Amino acid sequence: MPGRRSIVASEPLIFELASSGRPGVRPPLAQFDDVDPASVLPEGQVRESLDLPEVSEIDVMRHFVRLSQRNHSIDTAIYPLGSCTMKYNPKINEVAARLPGLLEPHPYQPETSVQGLLALIHDLEAVLGEIAGFATVTTQPAAGSQGEMVGLLCIQAWLRSRGERRATVLVPDSAHGTNPATATMTGMRVEPLGTAPDGNIDLDELDAKLNDDVAALMLTLPTTLGLFEQRILEVTRRVHAAGGQVYGDGANMNAMLGRVRPGDLGIDVMHLNLHKTFTTPHGGGGPGAGALGVQAHLAPFLPGPQIVRRDSGYALEPAGPDSVGRVHAHLGNVGNLIRGYTYIRSLGREGMREVANDAVLNANYLRARLAPHFDIPYNRICMHEVVLAGTRQRRLGVRTTDIAKRLIDYGVHPPTVYFPLIVDEALMIEPTETESIESLDQFAEALISVADEAKTAPDLLHAAPSAAPVRRLDEVTANRSPDVNWTAAD
Amino acid sequence: MNVPTDARYSREHEWARFDGDDVVVGITPYAADELGDVVYVELPAEGLHVDVMDEFGTVESVKAVSPLYAPVAGEVIAVNSALDGAPELVNSSPFHEGWMIRVRPDDAATAIEDLLDAEAYDAFVDELLA
Repeated sequence: MPGRRSIVASEPLIFELASSGRPGVRPPLAQFDDVDPASVLPEGQVRESLDLPEVSEIDVMRHFVRLSQRNHSIDTAIYPLGSCTMKYNPKINEVAARLPGLLEPHPYQPETSVQGLLALIHDLEAVLGEIAGFATVTTQPAAGSQGEMVGLLCIQAWLRSRGERRATVLVPDSAHGTNPATATMTGMRVEPLGTAPDGNIDLDELDAKLNDDVAALMLTLPTTLGLFEQRILEVTRRVHAAGGQVYGDGANMNAMLGRVRPGDLGIDVMHLNLHKTFTTPHGGGGPGAGALGVQAHLAPFLPGPQIVRRDSGYALEPAGPDSVGRVHAHLGNVGNLIRGYTYIRSLGREGMREVANDAVLNANYLRARLAPHFDIPYNRICMHEVVLAGTRQRRLGVRTTDIAKRLIDYGVHPPTVYFPLIVDEALMIEPTETESIESLDQFAEALISVADEAKTAPDLLHAAPSAAPVRRLDEVTANRSPDVNWTAAD
Repeated sequence: MNVPTDARYSREHEWARFDGDDVVVGITPYAADELGDVVYVELPAEGLHVDVMDEFGTVESVKAVSPLYAPVAGEVIAVNSALDGAPELVNSSPFHEGWMIRVRPDDAATAIEDLLDAEAYDAFVDELLA
């Protein structure tokens, strides 16, 4: 397998590599000789030493390169983490984000001196609005979850502007976990909605729970089962008829690019994860960008400033009196806005459609290849991801955790496990459009081989991983008493 | 699976067992096994009154956070504070050291009569695992 690694000896902490008096850089101290720290710093603030590792440049370089070689990343092999859209991040995005005119501006520079950057972000907002079907877009939220919070705050503000107060948010049990968390964060009450046997929202239950306290339905589309809500128009119609709003979780937008515009389906407000759908780096690879699109009636409540185009050029318009307020400095994580824009413009309109087509095709290819070997509770044409159940393997005494750990031995990053909660022993697989058929086959064959081992050699699974730099980790201790600080020995 | 016959069981996988005038409540080995290794148990304050199916706490494992539902109605008169420091007791001893709450039932005569007996609960779990 590509990405397969042999066992690597344990890597010491950088502090353990330190050797007293071994500097990485020798600053030209002579320049500072005539300043006595005690004369410029407050009393008691002058230190003679710091607990920093003393290492040479080559020590630092080798340490971090070795660590990076033990890491699994989308640049080494397939990363089919369901719901996370771990697609390849094209390097042209990095080239654009490092162009001096985009990299170097300071947020407080005069607007007239950053017209190009403002034009880019203004156009990104327009393009995202066109892709998802929304009148106005803000790029300020730094994550999908923050976009969700701004969206619910906008809905609350809109309701208040109509003299209404509603405090209930309906959340299907096939939604992302951030949805109920966001509703709770904004002081609202979560009412769960069940999933019908066909994988759609149970309309009878929806009717029973819709009342004049329901502020919003938060809908993940496609759902975390990887399914398109087939009665979406009926769902949004009924929520609106009851005076509520529909929040769309757009984290799974990859499956719909160029095919369906959520704004056309009756969704009032939705976030888009640039770090999923539009190939900006995830998590440790960089800050997120959870742009938020709204229909016109919610636009007055968005955070400011917003970029406006005037005869004289682009300008920053401060938030209006109804705004829910600022949620991030300036325009959000600008570097990732540039990366996302570069991706969209380099693919173009047809490219967007192909992304969705191939993402859905790849997920269904895996669904068909894996169906003989795993239970699939909601087995119909899926969108960007397929959710398997390790229930057949559980009867052999093998749990989904064991399957996931064994995949590591095959050089494959395990899929998301035990989510969504409504699928027993869930394995949630999202290949994305960037994997070739060879790569999909290699992944499927690894998973099929593990399913065979569950029958013939289950101990291999129980003992996995055995070919990784570390064996099975103690997740209980990691949760209960994580120890992430290095402290100097006395 | 064969669960003890001196307790009754809910379909949400809580057990309830009379101890004197009180009912002691915990979760079954099936529930503990489904959750995986438990890392936190959040229990109510003593004195809370619960009705059947009221959420009385949450249990967090390495996989998920799950609500705990009261199998009986009554007043919580004690909680198992040992689970604060040793939540793993829920996995290692679900029927004994891993107990969660002690309830003074509203009506002792009928408190557990609607719950499944051991045989019915075993059959229920077998069906889930089939």
